[in-house]
Amino acid sequence: MTARSLIPDEKALEQLSSQIRAEIIETAHKTEAMHLGGCLSCVDILVALYFGCMSVRPEEPDWQDRDRFILSKGHAALAWYTVLAHRGFFPVEQVLTFNKDKSLFTEHPVWKNIPGVEATSGSLGHGLGIGSGMALAAKISKKSYRTFVLMSDGECDEGSVWESALFAPTHSLGNLVAIIDYNKWQACGRSNEIMHLSPLKQKFSAFGWASYEVDGHDTGAMIDLFQSVITSPEQRPVVIIAHTVKGKGVSFMEDDNNWHYRIPSADEVVKAHQELGIR
Amino acid sequence: MRDAFSVELTDLAGSDPRIVLLMGDIGNHMFDRFKELYPDRFFNCGIAESNMISVAAGLAMNGFRPFVYTFSSFDVGRPFEQIRVDLAFQNLPVVIIGLGGGLTYSSLGPTHYICEDLAITRALPHMTVVCPADAVETRAAIRAALSEEGPVYIRIGKKNEPVIHKSLPDFVIGKGITLEEGTDICILGTGTILPAVIEAAHHLRESGIKSWVVSFHTIKPLDAGLLEEAFSDYPLVVTVEEHSLIGGLGSAIAEWISDQQIPPKGHLMRIGIPDEFLHYAVNQKTARDIYSLTPDKLAEAVRVHYSKVR
Repeated sequence: MTARSLIPDEKALEQLSSQIRAEIIETAHKTEAMHLGGCLSCVDILVALYFGCMSVRPEEPDWQDRDRFILSKGHAALAWYTVLAHRGFFPVEQVLTFNKDKSLFTEHPVWKNIPGVEATSGSLGHGLGIGSGMALAAKISKKSYRTFVLMSDGECDEGSVWESALFAPTHSLGNLVAIIDYNKWQACGRSNEIMHLSPLKQKFSAFGWASYEVDGHDTGAMIDLFQSVITSPEQRPVVIIAHTVKGKGVSFMEDDNNWHYRIPSADEVVKAHQELGIR
Repeated sequence: MRDAFSVELTDLAGSDPRIVLLMGDIGNHMFDRFKELYPDRFFNCGIAESNMISVAAGLAMNGFRPFVYTFSSFDVGRPFEQIRVDLAFQNLPVVIIGLGGGLTYSSLGPTHYICEDLAITRALPHMTVVCPADAVETRAAIRAALSEEGPVYIRIGKKNEPVIHKSLPDFVIGKGITLEEGTDICILGTGTILPAVIEAAHHLRESGIKSWVVSFHTIKPLDAGLLEEAFSDYPLVVTVEEHSLIGGLGSAIAEWISDQQIPPKGHLMRIGIPDEFLHYAVNQKTARDIYSLTPDKLAEAVRVHYSKVR
């Protein structure tokens, strides 16, 4: 079930992304949830994956041959939940319980709480290892599913990421695709100033990964790239450095790291919705 | 014990295709047979334990039963948070084999011996913690661990430890195994200290004190039935472990006592490692002597304590 057919054209995809951004901002306001900037930076990546690349069955979320997806940057759970809802895993209204007392829609995702959530995350640096295990499981059991792991750039500070970066090429995990939402910020500053991450692509290449760069807001380009890396698999794991803007889609949030923690006011929600063209 | 692990797991892997062995680059030829028979289920994960635990999680989430193997210092001490989130929180059936927990590798210095592993693992919800006494219990524990639905930590020694079981005992996780009957005191030992405990019990018997000696191999869950019997029928219950007095077997039983609505009659005496590190080169035998874990010193300490509580 490829999914290019799910959405007729790129304009429709952009509209979907705007709708999702608007809902994320509204939910963040209503539930007083933080991490808005990092949610908005990865919306287009998630839309490209779920609507243009990954093979999933929302009506059968545990389907054995589904592609696996791990949101290793678990703090963007609100973005993920909203995309999963639009993809049909559960009603959009359920996301409004996000972060509320006793809600299964936790601020960082929990495995088995919610259809489509493949792993518990939130502590950074775990997803690439778990994803490597899933990819290894596919190899051992000769299954053809792919495993996608979405990480943040700040997450690459974690040593465990580089343990996994060594492991995956060693075991020829060509069925593993890591995507880095490279929004150039982490909680307290520029990611490249806090740790010397750059050049990320070359670092992964040197570790033995097939490495690509893409505009993480060009949904069409991402779908083309995702399709090409999964339809012409090689033995090397794939990393895609997706250049993004933290807070993407809303002028007063874009590239302003205050929105890592800030919660939008009612007025700001209205302004953001106007900019996104969503009523 | 490590050879027993290797042999047992290789045997089990023949009939259970879910078994995958992940190891952290130790034991050069130890797994040659496993590798030869099941090359697609053996992975040397390198010196990268955090990743190894996460990989085990990813395998277990897709139907496999991974066994993770390296020194306790490194597969418990290093990747605690991966164990906590990926294995314990998600309640995944991964077995962590901790080689040489306790003083086994005290000769290699402070980086290679660990007397806190039981405390660390025991604190985690969903985690089962097992400490076999010898190679026979090791084999039985591995077999039993495969039936568990959540994560299991098994602390083993290294090689050529004395064997205390002549045949395979009835080994059930969470149930202690009686090694010797006795009516005066009860001694609960866990792990490779058991041969010393048995010898100590023999010394005590020579001075007229008869001990019920138990291999209390499961630290979590505790064998509550056995504890009830021990603390109601015996004036003194002694725990012996090659582990810190903080958080191990004795500690767990002290917690159990304090949680009883009616205080048990028996007294608890805890013998283990004090809250300190060793800062010099010392082999396991000497380290046990320093910490009064030799048969003579164990017997003497118990004798003195028993004289006060009887």
